[in-house]
Amino acid sequence: MTDATRGAISLQVNGAEHRIDVDNRRTLLDALREDTGHTGPKKGCDFGQCGACTILVDGRRVVSCLTLAVAAQGSEITTVEGLAEKDELRPVQEAFVRLDGLQCGFCTPGQLCSAVGVLAEHAAGWPSAVTADVSPDCPHPPLDADEVRERMSGNLCRCGAYPSIVRAVLDAADERAEVAR
Amino acid sequence: MTTHPQVIDGLGATPSIGSPRTRVEGEDKVSGKARYAGDVQVERLAHGAVVTATVARGRISGIDDRATLASPGVIGVIDHRNALRLNKETGSPFFGPDGQLQLLQDDRVSHGGQPVALVVAETPEQARAGAELLRVSCVEEPHDIAFGPNHQAVRPALTAFGPDADKGDLEAELAASAVVVDERYMTPAQHACAMEPHTATVWQEGVVLRAIDSNQAPYGVAATLATLFGKPLPEVRVQCEQVGGGFGSKTGVGPQLILATMAAVLLDRPVRVALTREEVFLTTSARPRTDQRVRLGADAGGRLRAIGHEATFEISGKAEFIENCVEIAKTLYAADAIRTRLSVVPLDILPVASVRAPGTAPGSFALESAMDELAERLEMDPLELRRRNEPETGPVSGLPFTSRRFQLCLTEGARRFGWAGRDHRPRRTRQGRLLVGTGMAGTSFLTTAFPSSATITAEPDGTFTVAIAAIDIGTGARTALRAIAADALGVGWDSVHLKIGDSAIGPAWQSGGSLGTTSWGWAIVAAARDLLARLESGPALPVSVTSDTTEEIMSRPHRERHSYSAVFAEVTVDPATGEVRVRRLVGRFAVGRVVNPLMVRSQLTGGMVMGLSIALQEEIVHDEASGRHVNADFADYHFAANADVPFIDADFVDDHEPDDPLGLKGPGEIGTVAVAAAIANAVWHATGKRQRELPIRLDRVIED
Ligand code: FES
Ligand code: FES
Repeated sequence: MTDATRGAISLQVNGAEHRIDVDNRRTLLDALREDTGHTGPKKGCDFGQCGACTILVDGRRVVSCLTLAVAAQGSEITTVEGLAEKDELRPVQEAFVRLDGLQCGFCTPGQLCSAVGVLAEHAAGWPSAVTADVSPDCPHPPLDADEVRERMSGNLCRCGAYPSIVRAVLDAADERAEVAR
Repeated sequence: MTTHPQVIDGLGATPSIGSPRTRVEGEDKVSGKARYAGDVQVERLAHGAVVTATVARGRISGIDDRATLASPGVIGVIDHRNALRLNKETGSPFFGPDGQLQLLQDDRVSHGGQPVALVVAETPEQARAGAELLRVSCVEEPHDIAFGPNHQAVRPALTAFGPDADKGDLEAELAASAVVVDERYMTPAQHACAMEPHTATVWQEGVVLRAIDSNQAPYGVAATLATLFGKPLPEVRVQCEQVGGGFGSKTGVGPQLILATMAAVLLDRPVRVALTREEVFLTTSARPRTDQRVRLGADAGGRLRAIGHEATFEISGKAEFIENCVEIAKTLYAADAIRTRLSVVPLDILPVASVRAPGTAPGSFALESAMDELAERLEMDPLELRRRNEPETGPVSGLPFTSRRFQLCLTEGARRFGWAGRDHRPRRTRQGRLLVGTGMAGTSFLTTAFPSSATITAEPDGTFTVAIAAIDIGTGARTALRAIAADALGVGWDSVHLKIGDSAIGPAWQSGGSLGTTSWGWAIVAAARDLLARLESGPALPVSVTSDTTEEIMSRPHRERHSYSAVFAEVTVDPATGEVRVRRLVGRFAVGRVVNPLMVRSQLTGGMVMGLSIALQEEIVHDEASGRHVNADFADYHFAANADVPFIDADFVDDHEPDDPLGLKGPGEIGTVAVAAAIANAVWHATGKRQRELPIRLDRVIED
């Protein structure tokens, strides 16, 4: 059933293809939650102001409530459900559990996708607002608590789990550095 | 960086209480499997969109729904003309009938943002589009939202939380004091802002009304919903697996549940109402504005002679509430005269209600700021001032304290923070362009337990199933209650299955008042005790026992039971921009025996983060002309983001509550208290300027 207000689209979510028929006004967040069965991403505001709906689109952090589903065709979408590798939690997921980087858990899917994005952005050499030296020849500074706080500030947590979220992201960064060594 | 807490991952360890075990549902929460009220898939689900009033007071003169009903996918419109009639007496045992529950009952509009209709459609987009087409005409009437202690309608608050204190002769003691503080403190309305917007999914199953709803009290909500809709309680069942935070805002029957219930019944369809973030601000209760006067009098040695605390707060004309700002003044310090007054001003606003640490959060800001001002005038260490006024018994009640560990919190907190050697004079430290200051504050927080029931079944396979209508809104209740049950039954962690989040289990207290774990834990202990006695005769399994704690709890002696805390803050102030940054926060808490140190530390830390937000950021703003709440989103209503929060050192001192079978007190809210005063006192220490109004905004700090 396709009319002027609806369209048939295909979304690549966590490696699987989903052919769905959606209202053209449908956000990517609603398409994931209502049409493809991915209720991991959460709707905290629907306004791009809280980060609960954060997912990865082609590896980059995106607030899915401000993205139209029809615009996400052809992209690789990763939600919190797709972070684990072969049913093994990723180090950052495991660190969130072990260090209690969550309470109610409602912001957590967004925090985790954001954290994965932050680790990748930092590894790729992207600076943040608190990076002291952004000159191209400056050696790549390590991820420290201030960097994590700044880079994770698009994800609100009303339970106030921030201190343990920072610990968990640093813990995962350490682990990754060890693997790289 | 602080060290990581030690964590035990292994299962089957006994005893379970005291073990820093990770959250039972932790793995579900980090992999997107945890199910919240809006995540449940239901066949034939219809979606409701709320229409809210654009005037603050008036009468609905007409509703034109023709365009809405003609809009694609719209199934129906519910407004005061066709809504189900609700029981007007429904309310709370503390505050009486609650007019906020009476949605769509008549043509009156009594506050801006009041729900006036629900549009139901096949999809959320269609419902929203239909709602935008609904034409609601209103005859506007003059509104009054001008809050102040001299408002002509000011009157005494209800006394359900105890009478005003009138110990000694306040005026005489003030007159005889060597040093007096007499100041006014103001706090704005604040919102709970739980990250999960209130969401309900409701359907009918035969005569039974089924609901999956984000709330803090499955049993209480079901009971109130039954009364409201005139149904027997067994025909109402409210469930929820996970709740995305509450902080007081989900203790009662929310508008999402009332509207979804009406729609499900009237349209005979399963209906979901998920409030938008704006609707959460407009239709779910806030903490009221307060205006407080504190008078303190002391002799030259810092011994308090007089404590006067008068607090006025706003309420709606539709529902009573008690923002008990004066609770601490009645119990924290000894004084010859203690006088408290609590007054309300009814206005044309959304009814107010509990937000994390109701009363004590704004009340401690006033009292503990005034204590700092007293120390300043005495030229005394504010910590020392608090040492010199330790009461032997309840200063007003005369009752004995059960476990009073305030001094220990002060000592341990001061040591960890490095308070000794502080120069108590203001504006002494400058680092570059920043002024640096430190401050402290303390508090007490009432603790008790409320009657609840629990059922435990001894299963044939040797395990135990524990059922209690508790709820885990992020507190860690699921993990804590399982530990309590394992220890109470004397078995390993693995032998216990826990069922919560279902009103059908039986009466139980809410996740509120910092009393979830104390109330539910007690019921589990009672049921375990009764079941173990039953098992002695070797009955055939399974065997179930249900126990209720009403009698045990009600027969406890009257005593002063409180948690305690001391909070220390270091701030920097940029006088050129007015920006206050918190560098360090240390909190020491006496919260009874700690069931799970990992989770309790998280809860206390999170409470302190909220306290930081209250100090520096949070403020509901109403437009005087329209009466409308104008900052109803996260871009304009600010609370702390990650970069606002330093590493926080929250820890416990040794404590045990003798009047609780497990030695517990509640850690849920005390973390939020005392933080705003500690930060305000630190800002004074940095700048020399007192901050008597929250939040401590840039414009209140900036210097010429
Ligand atoms: S739901 Fe997308 S940012 Fe809040
Ligand atoms: S864990 Fe509750 S909002 Fe972050």
